[in-house]
Amino acid sequence: MSLHQQSIAELRGMLDRKEVSSVELAQHFLARIKTHDPVLNSFISVTEDEALNAALAADHRIAAGHAGPLTGIPLAHKDIFCTLGVKTSCGSRMLDNFVAPYNATVVERLNQAGTVMLGKLNMDEFAMGSTSESSFYGPTKNPWDLSAVPGGSSGGSAAALAAGLTPLATGTDTGGSIRQPAAYCGVTGLKPTYGRVSRYGMIAYASSLDQGGPMARSAEDCAWLLNAMVGFDALDSTCSEQPVEDYTAKLDNDLSGLKIGLPREYFGEGLDVGVARVIDEAVAEFRRLGAEVREVSLPNSELAIPAYYVIAPAEASSNLSRYDGVRFGHRCEAPKDLVDLYERSRAEGFGSEVKRRIMIGTYVLSSGYYDAYYLKAQRIRRLIADDFRRVLSEVDVLMGPVAPHVAPDLGTSLKDPVTMYLSDIYTVPVNLAGLPAMSIPAGFAHGRPVGLQIIGRAFDEARLLNIAHRFQQVTNWHRQFPAAFA
Amino acid sequence: MQWETVIGLEIHAQLATKSKIFSGASTAFGAEPNTQACAVDLGLPGVLPVLNAEAVRCAVMFGLAIGADVNRRSIFARKNYFYPDLPKGYQISQYEQPIVMRGQMEIELEDGSSKVVGITRAHLEEDAGKLLHEDFHGMSGIDLNRAGIPLLEIVSEPDMRSAKEAVAYAKAIHSLVRYLGICDGNMQEGSFRVDANVSVRPKGQREFGSRTEIKNVNSFRFLERAINFEIERQIDVIEGGGSVVQETRLYDPDRDETRSMRGKEEAHDYRYFPDPDLLPVILDEGFIESVRASLPELPTEKKRRFITHYGLPAYDAAFLTADRALADYFEEALKVAGCEPKLVANWVMGDVSAALNKAGLEIGACPVTAAMLGGLLKRIADHTLSGKLAKEVFEAMWAGEGDADVIIEHKGLKQITDESVIEALVDGVLAQFPAQVEEFRSGKDKVFGFLVGQAMKAAKGKANPAQLNAVLKKRLED
Repeated sequence: MSLHQQSIAELRGMLDRKEVSSVELAQHFLARIKTHDPVLNSFISVTEDEALNAALAADHRIAAGHAGPLTGIPLAHKDIFCTLGVKTSCGSRMLDNFVAPYNATVVERLNQAGTVMLGKLNMDEFAMGSTSESSFYGPTKNPWDLSAVPGGSSGGSAAALAAGLTPLATGTDTGGSIRQPAAYCGVTGLKPTYGRVSRYGMIAYASSLDQGGPMARSAEDCAWLLNAMVGFDALDSTCSEQPVEDYTAKLDNDLSGLKIGLPREYFGEGLDVGVARVIDEAVAEFRRLGAEVREVSLPNSELAIPAYYVIAPAEASSNLSRYDGVRFGHRCEAPKDLVDLYERSRAEGFGSEVKRRIMIGTYVLSSGYYDAYYLKAQRIRRLIADDFRRVLSEVDVLMGPVAPHVAPDLGTSLKDPVTMYLSDIYTVPVNLAGLPAMSIPAGFAHGRPVGLQIIGRAFDEARLLNIAHRFQQVTNWHRQFPAAFA
Repeated sequence: MQWETVIGLEIHAQLATKSKIFSGASTAFGAEPNTQACAVDLGLPGVLPVLNAEAVRCAVMFGLAIGADVNRRSIFARKNYFYPDLPKGYQISQYEQPIVMRGQMEIELEDGSSKVVGITRAHLEEDAGKLLHEDFHGMSGIDLNRAGIPLLEIVSEPDMRSAKEAVAYAKAIHSLVRYLGICDGNMQEGSFRVDANVSVRPKGQREFGSRTEIKNVNSFRFLERAINFEIERQIDVIEGGGSVVQETRLYDPDRDETRSMRGKEEAHDYRYFPDPDLLPVILDEGFIESVRASLPELPTEKKRRFITHYGLPAYDAAFLTADRALADYFEEALKVAGCEPKLVANWVMGDVSAALNKAGLEIGACPVTAAMLGGLLKRIADHTLSGKLAKEVFEAMWAGEGDADVIIEHKGLKQITDESVIEALVDGVLAQFPAQVEEFRSGKDKVFGFLVGQAMKAAKGKANPAQLNAVLKKRLED
């Protein structure tokens, strides 16, 4: 098997046995990026020199016997994580010239762990979008079908993993931005519990919903990556002090007696028949693994989309106010006064989806509308969280589709943003409730990958990974590789 | 028509914390522009605020000192607007659930009566940066050193009815925050800023008139003048048939007037909403009680004690306790001197304060320490020094010539109290001026003063005046 099809555990073994060096690993992936990424466009920046230096340092560390689990393993960061000395664009013209003077906590931790950063991954502008088409750097393509989108906003991460351009990637998920692209590209992604992974240095879209997480080709690889990402961070007030655990420790636990709930609302109208069939078969697989399955109800689910598209833009409209052309980022040519500086810098620097959400957010926070929109959305948010709390006291996890259909064709969503928003229907409620959830490859429909979503209780990441891993031990969906990139 | 003035104040007190309210950057005043602004203060992409616990402690202290409700749960909100001195495009403040609500402050009026001013709320927020307009060739510079410095915004009820009352209230708050050690109170450096909301209404009317907000007042004197100017302006507008426009006005001390800020003051919609980057501030009883236990004696209590315990007049007590450092200075000097408290009060309020004013110094920087003053007063109390000589010694101490005893010894300023020495001096004078002695004996009392002066001159000013008087009198009557 080629290096880009190996698991992290296998790569670790090879590095430790000196069958391959970290430099050779980095070179392998950098060569693949060079070959394949001109087609895919999954990277915004490729940091070859930095990667080879880091790999060399990792090799020394391995030789000295100081290697940790991820020392010498290549990875790529979504371009939303600030990286010291390397451009952090967030997929926006606004930050095309921005080189962060500091590392995000996630980046810092992974650097300390000895990972080798290959580059920064493409994404929807400021993580606003479900297709990766809103990027200033052009759309990323889906390795399984170049006429399809990879999903978004972590589309670059999912596409690069699916095409074997990196063995690990970071992503962020505000309304499904890890799970949905993972589903569309046939890879594995975990959105941790809100507060499990530090948000410091992760450029904010909607602060109360944003959460960074691991993306990889398997649940086991995600567990390895998550281990190095989690933990309390004094720089993020919303980061949890809940103790962390070794997320690889329970991967092999038996699933007999596991109680799985299937939310009725996740299988209703609008769900593609082909996707439904894949999910049914995956659920059947869990029955064979000893799980008990029953139907449950999350009655307020249909309110999630409208509530999300009030709360997220409201927070975004404020979070994005700092991009004013004054201190960093894009500044218009020859502003004639302060207002002109603001207006033109922002008009030129932001793309249309970002502007749309800033306007929605500004509107819903305006005096006279605040109660009707923002406060009401917050009340709905509590109702949704209560739904999950009640149901998850009866069952251990919930399962269902990640999205109502497979990856759409490139170009179709830009024309109809509302349809794109509605496709977030199964992922958005989880963010509103702050819960952990995964997407794992479960099959194909219409020739494109389908993801199974597993939703758990707060801080129950280890169980989600265990469930996903057991499934992956008896299925091969996560080992499929798009032929053009083999 | 008889007009009544209604005034409410908004006071911004910079809290004396070492680091900023949401970042680790230093709050020291006067550094080179932008050398005390870290990634968080600059509002760089990805940074997050972390609340400084010390700022919370300061706010709780203030709340307890004004007998307010200290909210067990308060939240931070974002106030959204664009301005170059506001890096994030929003100010983190408190809106719907401030940390302190419903307190009060007793103020003393000129006629000696007192009045209670309600304090609606006090909330924590971050300061903005500063725009610099000089030396940038038609452009503006931005200094973000001040961005993120913790502020306590103290909002009063519209309870004040004159500029003098407003000043008395502002001074009382100023004194309190300095007592508590939560603000250095430096108005010139902007550590203590007062905005006044002023309106007028016909006497007897219940509804408030339209108000204006006066900003940019950086001394108590200007506060009084600005409010008085504004009251007259508003009355003129109304009596001239116009109506007062609700607006923000800037005080210009050079022209002693307030001016509309029109143009800048568009109707702002700040789109407040709870800041999702910060958790609600939850205070437990244990914390609040520990802060309560750490409260120092407050100005009103101290003043009361100065009156009852030291027997000082109310005026002296108020003067001495207006500033905690001054009160401490008084008490320490008194302890060393062991004399009548009133003597110490007279010196602190008189010679010491005058010298400080002249030199432009604060009491903390007084070259004559409390112990040194005490040492001097001790020598007055035991009659070593006359009042006149004491002033000479004080000046020498101020000039750095050492303690009172050293100076007395060195300059030979010790008072002559030896009866026989004084008698000899007096006898010498009587012998020297027989004509004047005759005049006195024939009934011209005024000559007594002349003879005292001559005797004192002969004593080089060092004779104990009371003794000298007594001896002279006795001799003349013999």
